[in-house]
Amino acid sequence: MLTAMKVIRIIGFAALLGLVVILANCGGDEPDTQGSVLNIGLITEPESLDAHKARSIQAADVLRDIGEGLLSYSPTGELVPGAAASWQVSEDGLRYTFKIRENARWSNGDAVTASHFAFGFERLVNPETAAFYAGFLADIKNVEAPDEQTLLISLERPTPYLLSLLTHPATFPMHPGSLAEHGDDFARPGKLLSNGAYVLDDWVPGSVITLRRNEQYWNNSATAIDEVRHHLLTQEMTQLARYRAGEIDITGSVPPDSFQQVKEELGEQLHVAPYLGVYYYGFNLTKPPFKDNPRLRQALSMAIDRDLLVQKVTGRGELPAYSWVPPGVENYQPTLLSYAPMTQQERNAVARQLYKEAGYSDENPLKFELRYNTSDSQRRVAVAVQAMWKDVLGAEATLINEEFQVLIANVRKRELTQVFRSSWIGDYNDAHTFLSVLQQDSPANQPAYASKEFDSLMSLAADQVDLDRRRLYLEEAERLLLADHAVIPIYFYVSKHLVSPRIDGWGDNVLDYHYSQHLSLKAAE
Amino acid sequence: MLRYTLLRLLGAIPTLLLVIVLAFLMVHAAPGGPFDSERALPPEVAEDIEKHYRLDEPLPQQLLRYMSGLLQGDLGPSYRYRDYTVSELIASGFPLSLQIGALAMGLALIVGVGAGTLAAQRKNTLVDRIVMGFAMTGISIPVFVVAPVLVLLVAVKLHWLPAGWSGSPGFAKYVLPVITLALPQIAYIARLTRASMIDVLSRDYIRTAYAQGLGTKAIIRVHALKPAMLPVLSYMGPAVAAVLTGSVVIEEVFGIPGLGQFFVRGALNRDYTLVLGIVIFYATLIVLLNLIVDILYGVIDPRVRQR
Repeated sequence: MLTAMKVIRIIGFAALLGLVVILANCGGDEPDTQGSVLNIGLITEPESLDAHKARSIQAADVLRDIGEGLLSYSPTGELVPGAAASWQVSEDGLRYTFKIRENARWSNGDAVTASHFAFGFERLVNPETAAFYAGFLADIKNVEAPDEQTLLISLERPTPYLLSLLTHPATFPMHPGSLAEHGDDFARPGKLLSNGAYVLDDWVPGSVITLRRNEQYWNNSATAIDEVRHHLLTQEMTQLARYRAGEIDITGSVPPDSFQQVKEELGEQLHVAPYLGVYYYGFNLTKPPFKDNPRLRQALSMAIDRDLLVQKVTGRGELPAYSWVPPGVENYQPTLLSYAPMTQQERNAVARQLYKEAGYSDENPLKFELRYNTSDSQRRVAVAVQAMWKDVLGAEATLINEEFQVLIANVRKRELTQVFRSSWIGDYNDAHTFLSVLQQDSPANQPAYASKEFDSLMSLAADQVDLDRRRLYLEEAERLLLADHAVIPIYFYVSKHLVSPRIDGWGDNVLDYHYSQHLSLKAAE
Repeated sequence: MLRYTLLRLLGAIPTLLLVIVLAFLMVHAAPGGPFDSERALPPEVAEDIEKHYRLDEPLPQQLLRYMSGLLQGDLGPSYRYRDYTVSELIASGFPLSLQIGALAMGLALIVGVGAGTLAAQRKNTLVDRIVMGFAMTGISIPVFVVAPVLVLLVAVKLHWLPAGWSGSPGFAKYVLPVITLALPQIAYIARLTRASMIDVLSRDYIRTAYAQGLGTKAIIRVHALKPAMLPVLSYMGPAVAAVLTGSVVIEEVFGIPGLGQFFVRGALNRDYTLVLGIVIFYATLIVLLNLIVDILYGVIDPRVRQR
């Protein structure tokens, strides 16, 4: 028979043994650090580092460190040669000839050839790959690699943003031998071949992606930092705490609640810059009361005081949106909403008039539901807009917050949803990435906007070689879209990063691309 | 005892089956799917992906396929972490949750039982009030408040310990998460121990022991501690299961890649297989831990065995 003491001793001994074993294991994962290390906070974990399965903006951020397309971007957002040393465009804008660098190398020492790009493009559009960005190359008619250094791309129609697309990870080259050898596992640490400045060293899911210098990279001598760690920290507050503790050098964002404080305390370390993204409220255009009712939609749009909203509610330097395409897009001047020049008082007066003309009044107010995804910042915007609609028009919006996936499913079904919160982030620096969203056949067309005129303007624009004429068609398409009030653009996003003073080479740009290879660490003080 | 254990294990099978089927139906009933996002997929691509993961099959068929995979120990691929399988993710997350949970539970037991016993011994004195005051505070302040405050104070302001996990050196990064996780458990265990110890100390046989001239320390160690531990033990079963499978808040705040983090993200991303895998893992663990508690009960209290 066991006595009390024996039982307690056994349990205690077992617990002690367990602790010792655990402690012994604890120290094991200490990183062995040699050379300079850059620590970056990533707000979303990449879904994959197979460039064709990746979908999130953050996956692309990591992939831009690992691979290199035909072209690349400078720190300030100008197109620069990447794996291609030079290129030529035929006069009709339909034929591109790229010369691949002779010294372009994979991390295993193999040469990067034109056929590796062609192979990558084929895999991207192959239905079996099921790539999110498969549509990227829809306008490409043919790709040829007549020799190792030459890549010919012929297009169905002029696509002036092709060069911008060719910086995107979805268009990076793929090593056929590596895919044949490893199959679906080719993108895992130790297997993934890199043709960029860094090579994937390790990926601990939920924790950190570690990259180390790619010695084979053609421009390796220009790479300053030896190791890059992308820390996967989905909470903005956690990123801020780790930044303040000196554990990460660059944050992916700044939490809204701490923004003012951060601005005051860390002033120069805070980088806020215009970003190619629009925050909007969409209408369900397939159901009353918003179907075939542009006046009512305009009334709701006009009653929102965007300037007040970005100053008092969002407050992180966002720009009020009076267009669908954000400012800063190349070869484009966004068209503004017709009422943009008015003061808010004038807008409110017109809005009330339109609201009455649509058949609503104080006795018979418009009642509808505004759906947004559950989050504090979405709620604040929704509450403010709800109050503006109530004050200016007397319209009664009921706020409904739904978990993100539920909201998306409801918006797509177009049954319940009346007005919903959404956003669009540009994939490349061209107005097309925004305007094409609202073409009738676009999968991202959440409001179900269907205008033959808009679609035909978009198609006309696509056929233009001359950039100025193309631009006129696109601007006309936007004017139409805004006159129809298919969506309510509310504000344009800004990129928000804290960048440690020990980092050199950081540049703000509208795409919010920051290649680690451009950054360096100042000598320790 | 062996027969009892085997019977209990057999009895757990229907429970687990029920958990699997219910969990499967519930994750699939949630609106939205693993590949939905604001950046909607082109319909052809969505179809290709659904075909690839066989999400286009009728639900009963998917359930059968999942169950047959399960019998072979295959939890399937993760939909969100497309380069990883669910088994790989559990294998990568669980050891960490286990380490932190075990350290926290160990700490909680030692400190909690010690403080509770002390308070019981000095019932209604200042010591008792202080201990119980701390315990009350520990229970009432939620972890999501304690964790960021500790980080701000100890890591950001004082720079004594790292604020986060990834890239931080060795043992130091365990300190804050373990303490944060242990605090409410310490509080709970201290209260349980105190109440139960006071009850035991008022029994006749303890009075007899005093009458025999034994010292308080000896009485508590030899006669009182064992019976007083029974309520703590029954609390430990579910508590250990909850703590070991990862505290969601702790893991999010400190950025620890444990099981709790995967569970929450899996649910938010509709990563069906990841959520199911963790639910099954969790359910099995709870069944096992409850069984262990029952067996330990028998060891500590012979009356349970005779029933």
